[in-house]
Amino acid sequence: MRIFQILVLRLRTLFKRTEVEGELDEELRYHLDRQIEEFVAEGMSPEQARQAAWRTMGGLEQRKEECRDMRGWNAFEHLSGDIRFALRQLRQNPGFAGTAILILALGLCASLSIFAFVDAALLKPLPYRDPARMMAVFGSQEMFPRNNLSYPDYLDWKRLNTTLESLEIYRRTGSLLATAEGVQPVRGVRVSDGFFRTLGVKPTMGRDFQPGEDLAGSPRTVLLSYAAWQSRYGGRAGIVGQTVTLDQQPNVIVGVLPREFHFAPAGMPEFWAAYHPEAGCDARRGCRSLYGVGRLKDGVSQSSALSNLTAIAKELERQYPGSNRGQAAAIASLGEVIVGDVRPILLVLLAGAGLLLAIASINVISLLLVRSESRRREIAVRTALGASAGRLWTQFLTEAVVLTGAGTLLGLAGAHWTMKVLVGLISEEMMQRMPFLLDLGLSERVLAFGGLLSLLVAVLCAMTPSLRLGSPDVRGGLAEGSRGAAGIVWRRLGAKLVVLELATAMVLLVSAGLLGKSLYRLLNVEVGLKPERLVTMDVMTQAQGYEKPEARIALARRIAREMEELPGVTSVGFTGNGAPLGGNGNTTWLRVLGRPWNGEHNETPERDVSPTYFATVGAKLARGRYFREDEDGTKPAVAIVNQAFARQHFAGEEVLGRHVSYLSTPPVPIEIVGVVEDIREGPLDAAIPPVLYIPFYQSPDRFFSLMVRTSQSEAALLPAMAAKIRQAGVVSMGGMTMSERLEQTPSAVLHRTSAWLVGGFAAAALVLGLVGLYGVVAYSVSQRTREIGVRMALGARPSAVYRLILGEAGWLTGFGLLLGLVASVGAATLIQGLLFGVSSWDLPTLGMVAVGLGFAALLASFVPARRAAAINPVDALRAE
Amino acid sequence: MSRPSDLVQGTLDLLILKVVAREPMHGWAISQRIRQMSGDVLQVGQGALYPALHKLEQNGWLTAEWATSENNRRAKYYTLTAAGREALERETAGWERLSSAISLVVRAV
Repeated sequence: MRIFQILVLRLRTLFKRTEVEGELDEELRYHLDRQIEEFVAEGMSPEQARQAAWRTMGGLEQRKEECRDMRGWNAFEHLSGDIRFALRQLRQNPGFAGTAILILALGLCASLSIFAFVDAALLKPLPYRDPARMMAVFGSQEMFPRNNLSYPDYLDWKRLNTTLESLEIYRRTGSLLATAEGVQPVRGVRVSDGFFRTLGVKPTMGRDFQPGEDLAGSPRTVLLSYAAWQSRYGGRAGIVGQTVTLDQQPNVIVGVLPREFHFAPAGMPEFWAAYHPEAGCDARRGCRSLYGVGRLKDGVSQSSALSNLTAIAKELERQYPGSNRGQAAAIASLGEVIVGDVRPILLVLLAGAGLLLAIASINVISLLLVRSESRRREIAVRTALGASAGRLWTQFLTEAVVLTGAGTLLGLAGAHWTMKVLVGLISEEMMQRMPFLLDLGLSERVLAFGGLLSLLVAVLCAMTPSLRLGSPDVRGGLAEGSRGAAGIVWRRLGAKLVVLELATAMVLLVSAGLLGKSLYRLLNVEVGLKPERLVTMDVMTQAQGYEKPEARIALARRIAREMEELPGVTSVGFTGNGAPLGGNGNTTWLRVLGRPWNGEHNETPERDVSPTYFATVGAKLARGRYFREDEDGTKPAVAIVNQAFARQHFAGEEVLGRHVSYLSTPPVPIEIVGVVEDIREGPLDAAIPPVLYIPFYQSPDRFFSLMVRTSQSEAALLPAMAAKIRQAGVVSMGGMTMSERLEQTPSAVLHRTSAWLVGGFAAAALVLGLVGLYGVVAYSVSQRTREIGVRMALGARPSAVYRLILGEAGWLTGFGLLLGLVASVGAATLIQGLLFGVSSWDLPTLGMVAVGLGFAALLASFVPARRAAAINPVDALRAE
Repeated sequence: MSRPSDLVQGTLDLLILKVVAREPMHGWAISQRIRQMSGDVLQVGQGALYPALHKLEQNGWLTAEWATSENNRRAKYYTLTAAGREALERETAGWERLSSAISLVVRAV
């Protein structure tokens, strides 16, 4: 309370200056008047009384000054004087001020934006009660060390374990939601009834699931995520108790989850439904589709919980050898599962950003040194006039604070923007797995961290000139002559640092260049189809009414016909396994008939395609024929294979007319009727595997992807397609042009993200390296003014001075580039796995970076060289 | 007239707090009251009074507000705060200890 009151008074003194001054004046004048009255009452004449009163006062102004001192006024006066002086100093030298502020901002911007990610992912506690005790529980087998659980196994684990307070399950499910605008696909999760109690999360509205609510017989209930409540239901309070239709089943909304709740392993679902085991999979012990979360009992360690669960798994394996052979248990802390993948990346980035900030600070210090050399005289004059060391230090500190303050503000603004850019680089699919990044921003912790960093930098910057000029030799300073040993030490240290900075910049530039080139190569890789003017869209229907193959075929044909009627459309095809380049799709186990077969699996991607599919996407038929429009389940099974398939299974043999079969007994022959040139069905940067194409009509699905080729704008086509599909009463998803799909393939995203990140760091390192070089060369020039003056007096021409200074810079640059070259090749070898179509020893990239960096370094050292050449020998010699 | 240096260091603060403890007062009245109560021995000039008042206000021991005085003019009235009352007790105790110690020394000789 008292502190608050004092603060108000101080602030008032500071900001309501004229008012406080006026009050002081009035208060003292009142006293004076009362004194005069008293003297008059004692019998003096008014004039005498006034004079006597003034005398007792002993000078009104002095009294006021004493009062001001008591109010802590003068400290403010000095400070504002210092700030004004600092601003004037910086304005006088805008080049120095601008450069210093900019590189500080650069270093802080990098550190803060990376720190914000670290904060959101690693520092902020997970939004659960006592998150350290939360465990992710898995089944485990040799091939998949973190496997799912089956429902019967889960019930046994829950019943038999003695180490977990509770064990719950969840399973991601896509659902179809009935809305006023038709059926929409939504993300959903089904969880056991104690899921939220175990996490320690309470709904903000409504209630949690009650025990027993997840059993087959009980009515279906769902909790809404906060985001779904806001976006779908406008945050209406009356939503609890209403019914929504999910997958043609009525579900009662019982509550809304808190805004800050997230559970990354389940993505970002909109609907959290109570589990409800189903007759099929959940009845079978061998059908594993669930993930577990459990809370350790107090005092129980993770390893004892693991041995407890392992013992239970062993017992189940003994009881049910058919379904549970080789099934063990695995356990990991939930935090590890959620952020384990990003931790090393973030820590490496943070270290990089910290390094950048350190280099930036060193550069600013180097610039300050250069400047303090030129201010020797000023400091000496001020000391001679009686400025105390403390007063000078305050002045330096003020200047440093003004400098870093401006840098910090700029850095914060930059960080705000950088974070946006970085988040934009994360694809939506990746974002689903990192919901903790959603409210990324300049949080209090990030601001506090920024404040701490800039304070540190400010103190460092303030100490530099005071160390250098701390015990000023007044006479020497006035003569502007002294060159301490510290100057030479700094020149050597600074030179080494600059070589390192340039080498770092070179390594980062080369890496960025290689990654950028990889990205270019990747996007221009031969994909085996023509991505221009090709549009894809996924179509999905509800199960009811589409159980029979005929109905599915009829639907696909109907939709395709509707698409053909849209203006500009030239050709329509569809496939049952997702569009090409997606990397997803079924694989199947095959054998070639007429060959000895020893039970090997020959795992092969399978695509179910329409007769017009190949022609539509622009693939080339190498031999044979396409599928026919009437080749459905009533006709003999046929297949088309890609060239990779032909090479692998029929090298040098006739392919057409041969037969393959799935691993069924007895084998059902499938005749190969055609060979297409390889299409990139999977990732862009992997070899194309053998692929088997089957007629869609022989294996129809109620989920398929349309491929539509148009002669007009692709962008205009997408909404028209979506509208047509909606009119047909089915659901459309993920409409995208093929070029977009190409750019959003995981490998392209990975390359783009890393190219941008490394490029950003490289740009920062380049700027810092150049400023560092400038600082060192300029410092050297300031130290050698006298020497240069002597040389010129003895007849050296400006060109010789240029040679002298640029030669020094050239040595530094040369060493930096050489070191950078060696390190670049090393670094490129390390990221070899990321590169595509570019060798780590890519001469054009290395050459361009070296030449570009060398040229930039020349420019940076040209500025001080010109200053040196312009030295007037007479001035230089007289000054000493 | 008693100059500030004549008063033992810190004593003026004690006098002001003591006088203001009874009722809110303005600076002139405070100086008059101190003179009166001390039987005209202690005359606090404004040279010491006002800096001390401002310091006590900044410390949070006094609050100030403007009010109409007995001669119908605006004057700045100082009031003792709770923190000021505690300070007064502390200072009074300190003063009593000091003055009795001084008298012991002075009388013994």
